[in-house]
Amino acid sequence: MNKGIYSIENTRQLAKNTFLTRLAGDTSAFCAPGQFINIALDGFFLRRPLSVCDWDGEGLTVIYKTVGKGTKALANLPAGTKLDVLTGLGNGFSVETSGLRPLLIGGGAGVPPLYGLAKRLIGKGARPVVILGFNTAEEVFFEKEFAALDCDVTVATVDGSYGKKGLVTDVLPQGTTYFYACGPEPMLKAVYDRADTSGQLSFERRMGCGFGACMGCTCRTKYGAKLICKDGPVLEKEAVVW
Amino acid sequence: MVDLSVSLGGIRLQNPVIPASGTFGFGHEFASYYDLNRLGAVCLKGTTLHPRFGNETPRIAEAPAGMINAVGLQNPGVDAVLQKEVPALRKVYAGPVIANIGGFSVEEYAACCEKADRCPGIDIIELNISCPNVHGGGMSFGASAKDAETVVKAVRKACRKPLFVKLSPNVTDIAEIARACEAAGADGISLINTLLAMRIDITKRKPVLANVTGGLSGPAVFPVALRMVWQVYKAVNIPIMGMGGVSCAEDAVEMLLAGATAVQVGAAGLKNPFACLEIIDGLPPLMEKLGVTKLSDLVGAAHQSY
Repeated sequence: MNKGIYSIENTRQLAKNTFLTRLAGDTSAFCAPGQFINIALDGFFLRRPLSVCDWDGEGLTVIYKTVGKGTKALANLPAGTKLDVLTGLGNGFSVETSGLRPLLIGGGAGVPPLYGLAKRLIGKGARPVVILGFNTAEEVFFEKEFAALDCDVTVATVDGSYGKKGLVTDVLPQGTTYFYACGPEPMLKAVYDRADTSGQLSFERRMGCGFGACMGCTCRTKYGAKLICKDGPVLEKEAVVW
Repeated sequence: MVDLSVSLGGIRLQNPVIPASGTFGFGHEFASYYDLNRLGAVCLKGTTLHPRFGNETPRIAEAPAGMINAVGLQNPGVDAVLQKEVPALRKVYAGPVIANIGGFSVEEYAACCEKADRCPGIDIIELNISCPNVHGGGMSFGASAKDAETVVKAVRKACRKPLFVKLSPNVTDIAEIARACEAAGADGISLINTLLAMRIDITKRKPVLANVTGGLSGPAVFPVALRMVWQVYKAVNIPIMGMGGVSCAEDAVEMLLAGATAVQVGAAGLKNPFACLEIIDGLPPLMEKLGVTKLSDLVGAAHQSY
């Protein structure tokens, strides 16, 4: 974990209620895709935890839905705003066990961390198959970005207004070697139930601190109580208890 | 050179700043962030006789200038704490350690404190009497002077180490309860625990917390905590650990002036993992500005003409 001051380089809208913000600053605390940051915002006591979409030597990208007052405030901050941010939080995804044809399944606001994951899987020679699920056409984002990485991308929308009609579990392909999933808990459960390979799932919980101090985000696992912020947010399929 | 040291029940602290129970795990988890030996003391996560998972999630809600938690005393049980957590902390930290003990019956409190008392790695015992009494209709032990006195008396018999009693602010007369604890043999008082609070999600029309209610902490409660420290200082002759929204060196000095000998820092440390260090570093320049060379001279100093 690092605590530092980060500067907003730019914020742009990607889809309905969905924004991308690029923050410039030290990224030395990151060691895996799927880790998250925790941003302090003026006027709010608790920090806002956001999964990291991607990072490089100069900064990082977050994509978030403006679901509450905090995320709305963040989306409205002008470029150049300085933010107090904790970085390199959580365990992130492990790319070691993916095999050559890993399946990446993202739902809505769970899509972003899979982008940084896809890049790193490709970097080690895998060819990811990506399924992105959204409610409706105006919420769809990052299809092109995944395609530009040379992933096989399928988009599914619940109302059928874009891509294939249905849930991510309605369009699961055959022949994949492993899976990574991030999205709402009902989606994670459905993926878990249908998966015929091993895999990793990234969970979301309301957090107090984000670094393992408050025990606010505890969940049950097959290996005892774990903290989503520190032991997670990524749990191996074999550890998950529903 | 300014002198930051204070004494709590005969235990010397190099400075009065302590991470509050339940906001710093068992300490050793944070040794990679900074040198724990810079702290005045470390207060361990609330520990009970038996392991507890705690409440269901969500356990955390936002509040104006603060937060509400309903963790529910998640801990691995006193045996695991004494056998694993305290030795792990002792590998990286040499200063005073405060064990925070919770319980749901007088017998449970006494048994748990007796174990902690025998552990050489623990210097002070802080008794959390805000837990519900399962034999008393679920009312908190800390809600009545009589129940507080009963539990403190029983624990006093079971332990020889300095015993601080952590009071609940959810009472009519905090001074009366503090006096009962002193009469029952407490060596000091810690206050305040969190204030009972809740939030409701207006779209779901449901309480935010799975437990419905939780405890409010953070800057929002600081003036309430300060007032209660003030009242308890007037009521008893034993030292006080003051807590409740302490976020900066100025807050710490204010707590000392109200009567606290040391301060615990909780919610501020959850927002900023370096809050305790920043408060410690902020004290010497603040003392210089205030013309103070010995910090302990400030304890209760605001009471002089009241």
